[in-house]
Amino acid sequence: MLGKNRVIFPGEKVLLALSGGPASSAMLRQVQEGLSRETAKRLRFVPGLVYVDEGAVCGQSPAQREENLARVEAIVQATGFPYYLAHLEQAFDLPGSILRRGPRGGDKPCPSYKEAVEDFIQQQRQEAADGDGAASLPQRLAQLRTQDMPAGGDPAAPGTRLPAAACTEELVQLFEAAETLTAKEELLQMLRTHLILHTARTQGYTKVMMGDSCTRVAVKLLTNLALGRGAFLAMDTGFMDSRHGDVAVVRPMREYMAKEIAFYNHFFGVPTVITPALRAKRREKTSIHRLMEDFLLGLQAEFPSTISTVYRTGEKLSTAPAEAGSEPGAEPQRCLLCLCALDTLAEEDLALEPTLIAEEVAQRPQGPAGDGCCHAGTQGSCCQSSPTPGAESRAAFLPLLCYSCRLTFKEMVRQRRARGGSASSGRSRAAPRGRSGDPCPPSLPIQHGPSPSRRATQTRCHPTCARRRSAGAAGTTGDTGALLRAGPGLAGPHDGPARGAAGWALRPGLSLPGLR
Amino acid sequence: MISAENKRPLQTPSPSALGVRRSLTPFNINVEGGAELLFDGVKKHQVTLPCQPEPWDIRNLLKWIKQNLLKERPELFMQGDSVRPGILVLINDADWELMGELDYKLQDQDNVLFISTLHGG
Repeated sequence: MLGKNRVIFPGEKVLLALSGGPASSAMLRQVQEGLSRETAKRLRFVPGLVYVDEGAVCGQSPAQREENLARVEAIVQATGFPYYLAHLEQAFDLPGSILRRGPRGGDKPCPSYKEAVEDFIQQQRQEAADGDGAASLPQRLAQLRTQDMPAGGDPAAPGTRLPAAACTEELVQLFEAAETLTAKEELLQMLRTHLILHTARTQGYTKVMMGDSCTRVAVKLLTNLALGRGAFLAMDTGFMDSRHGDVAVVRPMREYMAKEIAFYNHFFGVPTVITPALRAKRREKTSIHRLMEDFLLGLQAEFPSTISTVYRTGEKLSTAPAEAGSEPGAEPQRCLLCLCALDTLAEEDLALEPTLIAEEVAQRPQGPAGDGCCHAGTQGSCCQSSPTPGAESRAAFLPLLCYSCRLTFKEMVRQRRARGGSASSGRSRAAPRGRSGDPCPPSLPIQHGPSPSRRATQTRCHPTCARRRSAGAAGTTGDTGALLRAGPGLAGPHDGPARGAAGWALRPGLSLPGLR
Repeated sequence: MISAENKRPLQTPSPSALGVRRSLTPFNINVEGGAELLFDGVKKHQVTLPCQPEPWDIRNLLKWIKQNLLKERPELFMQGDSVRPGILVLINDADWELMGELDYKLQDQDNVLFISTLHGG
């Protein structure tokens, strides 16, 4: 698979993302085998390993997490590759640059694969001739073996390996803020990817190998369709994912079905460490991911070609070339969280419009002076007593996110609002007018967008109403301010930009215009 | 006179068809791949099945496992009569689809292995 795709150059540093599960363990074993073969088909890159401990959100006790970490460490130490153990809590310490595309690899032109291989072989022959030949790759790697704890933990004291309980508590709270299991799973994937990416960037790795099996890729394909990520299917499930610029994500196991991997692990004695997955509080509430998995696996039992058909269909997708409409050479706008091109800029975005309108109407705050005050048409200053300082920046996050990230984001804030943030309890109307099909009330104010740099989109005030009004892409400060006011609240509202409404730690200095 | 050929010849039941006449030796049930979490974390079970008139096939074995070995959340292991899709069953290191799936009759010294492929990797 790697040879066919020719994306990993000899001598390149590649990070293997290990989750302990069967597919990534099989990947590790295959890399080990590939590196040790003496033939010309030997793999020629320099591997490293990373493991992210997610025990905090999966409900594991500290003792269980320690035990898991010890088992994983035993496995990775046996390989002799440099490894990095990370905890999900470290996602809070990620720099803001994680949300930006890295610079593409250097100014020198990239050599073709064939030339690179020839150069490498030449280099190896020279080294052998110089008498260095005794130091084979595994031995050199053994010299480099490191155990890196980015959080600054003391590697010598195994008892103190877990991060501080306060961080764990914060992380758990963050995940509690997402009501549905779907949002939790999306959040987990996002944080995990960012953490792995950060490790790769800081340690100088240019490629990351993920162990997604064919079954997982097929499930992911359909799940992402259901989540509204249809435009990014090629990137999420393709062999190479280069949305991050300097670090490319590669999925070499995507042609092996889960069943084949299970047999391989059994017959070759590949050690795995299984951790329990995210669980919903009640059994009936599952996520879209679980639903899709059950569906596909159930279908596969009856029709054994289901998964491979889905996979092959997905293989035909390729990443879109740059859009013709934009200025040549300009980078398309990217989603803040998933770094895919924003797909919500179209005015007539049919799926997005009604939801935006319904929200705006539902969140319309009750003016203290009745309907008359809403005619004022200023930036909603009359209609709410005090928008918290964080709310405006949170409201401004929405236009920066793609459709599915918006849904996840909104999940997190909606739950806190429903739990009765004191500011918002008095504001939600019992019966929002626009929804029940009445014609638009005459008191519908003209609303201005929160910032002039947003493109004002024309939206209908009601899907059947002929009147149009202009609104900011995220609604007014007043409306969505109520929506976002009581965010997950990890820190106080004044800390909004500092901690990020969803826990992605954006430093205070990272202003929004600076991201563009 | 009733001719002999009208009578159906008596068939002596083979010992393995009846579970009664022989006692099954203890054999191994192993659980891997994350399914052991449903069995209290125990991966290897050595079980002796009780004697019963019907022969032990996989279908009955599954029922027995559900009653005796499965500690929590049976719906994650079984679905109706069979295992949940996504759980592989290996009989003597061969896929059970090659052996007849639920209808395979257990023999002495059989090794039954359940591997869960549901916990990703």
